[in-house]
Amino acid sequence: MSAPLVSATGLEVRLGGRQVLFDVDFAVHPGEIVTIVGPNGSGKSTLLRVLIGAVAPSRGRVARAPGLRIGYVPQKLFIDPSLPMTVRRFLGLPRRIGAEEAAAALARTGLPDLRHRQMADLSGGQFQRVLLARALLGRPNLLLLDEATQGLDQPGSARFYRLIESVRRETGCAVVMVGHDLHVVMAASDRVLCLNGHVCCEGTPEVVADAPEYRALFGSGTSGALALYRHDHDHGHDHAGPAGEVRE
Amino acid sequence: MSALLDDFLFRAALAGLGVALAAAPLGCFVVWRRMAYFGEATAHAAILGVAMSLALSLPLLPAVLAAALTMAVAVSALAGRGHAMDTLLGVAAHAALAAGLVAVSLLSGLRGVRLDLMAFLLGDILAVGRADLAVIWGGAGLVVALMAWRWPALLMSTLSPDLARSSGIDPRREEAGLVLALAVVVAVAIKVVGVLLIAALLVIPAAAARPLAHTPEAMALGAGAIGAVSTLAGLWGAWVLDIPAGPGIVVAAAAIFLVSALVSGFSGRR
Repeated sequence: MSAPLVSATGLEVRLGGRQVLFDVDFAVHPGEIVTIVGPNGSGKSTLLRVLIGAVAPSRGRVARAPGLRIGYVPQKLFIDPSLPMTVRRFLGLPRRIGAEEAAAALARTGLPDLRHRQMADLSGGQFQRVLLARALLGRPNLLLLDEATQGLDQPGSARFYRLIESVRRETGCAVVMVGHDLHVVMAASDRVLCLNGHVCCEGTPEVVADAPEYRALFGSGTSGALALYRHDHDHGHDHAGPAGEVRE
Repeated sequence: MSALLDDFLFRAALAGLGVALAAAPLGCFVVWRRMAYFGEATAHAAILGVAMSLALSLPLLPAVLAAALTMAVAVSALAGRGHAMDTLLGVAAHAALAAGLVAVSLLSGLRGVRLDLMAFLLGDILAVGRADLAVIWGGAGLVVALMAWRWPALLMSTLSPDLARSSGIDPRREEAGLVLALAVVVAVAIKVVGVLLIAALLVIPAAAARPLAHTPEAMALGAGAIGAVSTLAGLWGAWVLDIPAGPGIVVAAAAIFLVSALVSGFSGRR
C-alpha cells in the first residue's frame, strides 16, 4: 500500500480540560473510503478537526503528505443572515471561479443551475451538495465529510453516499466520513473505524459489525440492516440511475 | 487642487470620504461577525488614548491607536473564556469611556490646558487640516489595502473557521488583521465623527446596504456608497443648517438605513 495521505500517531486531544481522544492511531491511504462511527461525544468530529488542523493535539503527532489537498464538508454551516451569499460566490471561495466552472461543479453533484440562488434559500439536501461541490472544486485528494447527511432522509442520504462513491471512482480521492446513519454509511466503506475516545475496533464493515466492541456500543440490530443494504447495493450499480445525480 | 485644499469644506469632505471608504468593508465584517459592541468598546477606548497622550505628552495618533488596539486585543482575548460577552463588552465600552473622560478632565486641569472634549466625543470634521488629511487617507488606504488583500481569507474565516482551516487559512491570523484594521479606523475617524459615533459609521452603512446586496462584495461597495453619500449629506447639513457635522453624517446614514429596510420589507425581500 502506498504512503498514507495523512496519519496520526499516539493522538491525545483535550478540549476544555476534558480528554476527548486518547491513544488514537489513524492513517488514510490514497483512494480508500473510511467511515468513522461511534456514539455521541466519542470524538468523531474532533478527529476530523485534528486532521484539517483546526484542533491541536495535546499529545502525539499528525503527519500530512506533501501535496495533500483537503476538501472538507462540515456537519452544518450556519451563514449569518446579515451575510449575502449566492451559490456562485460560495463556490468561488477561496479561489474565484468562472460561471461555467460553477455550473459544471453544480451539475457534477446532481444539482440544477442554482448559481444565482442565495445559500440561505437552499433546502438541506441542496445545501449539502453545494458544500460538496465547493470542496470538490479544490481538486482534493482527501475528502473529509462530517455527518454530511444530517437532515437528509434515508433515500436522500443513500443518494448522497452513492454520489461520494462515484466521486471517489472518478477522481481517486480518499474519503473519510463520519456518519450517524450507520448501515448506509458503513456499506459504502472500505474500512470502518469504531471510535469511543479511542479506537475500539477497526476493519471492513462486516468485521466491525460483528465485533463485540461495536455490538457493545450499538447493539446487534444494525448488522441485519447492513446486510440488507449491501444486498440492495450489490444489485443497484446503476449509479447514474433513477436519481440521476451523476452527469458525466 | 492646492487651492481646493485650502477650502475647509473641501478638506472636510475628503476626510469624511476617506473614513467612509475604510469603514465600509470593515463595517461589513463587524456586521457579519456580530462585532458591533466590540467596535463600540474599541472606539470608546480611544478617549483613553487621548488621556494617555496628555499624560505622556505623546502625539495623539499613536496614543489613540495604542489604546484602541489594547482594548481590542484585551476584549478578544477574554472572548474565549466563557464570560457573557455581551455584558463584558458593555462594561468595557462604558468603563473605557468614563475612565477616559475622568482622566482627560483631571490631566487637562493639571497641565493647565483647555481641551475641547466635545471635539473628541463628536468629532470636529470642519477643523481638519492638511496633516490630518494625510493621516486619514494614509490610514484609510492601509485598511482598504489590507481588506482587499485578505478578502477571500477573511470571508472564509467569517463563514466558518473550520472551512478556512481546511483551505489552509489560519482564521486567528485573519481575525488579528481585522482587529488591527478596526484600531486604525478608530484612530483616523476620531477627528471626523468622534469617539461616540465611530461604531455607528461602521455598522449603519453596512446594515443599510444589506437588503440591496446579493454578494458580500456588493454589500461592501454599497456600504461605501452609502457612507459617502451620508458624509456629504452631513456636511451639507452642517453648512446649511448649522448642525454638528458628525451627528449629521450618522443621522443621514440612519435615514438611508430606514428607507432601505422599509423598501426591502415592503417588497418582501430579505
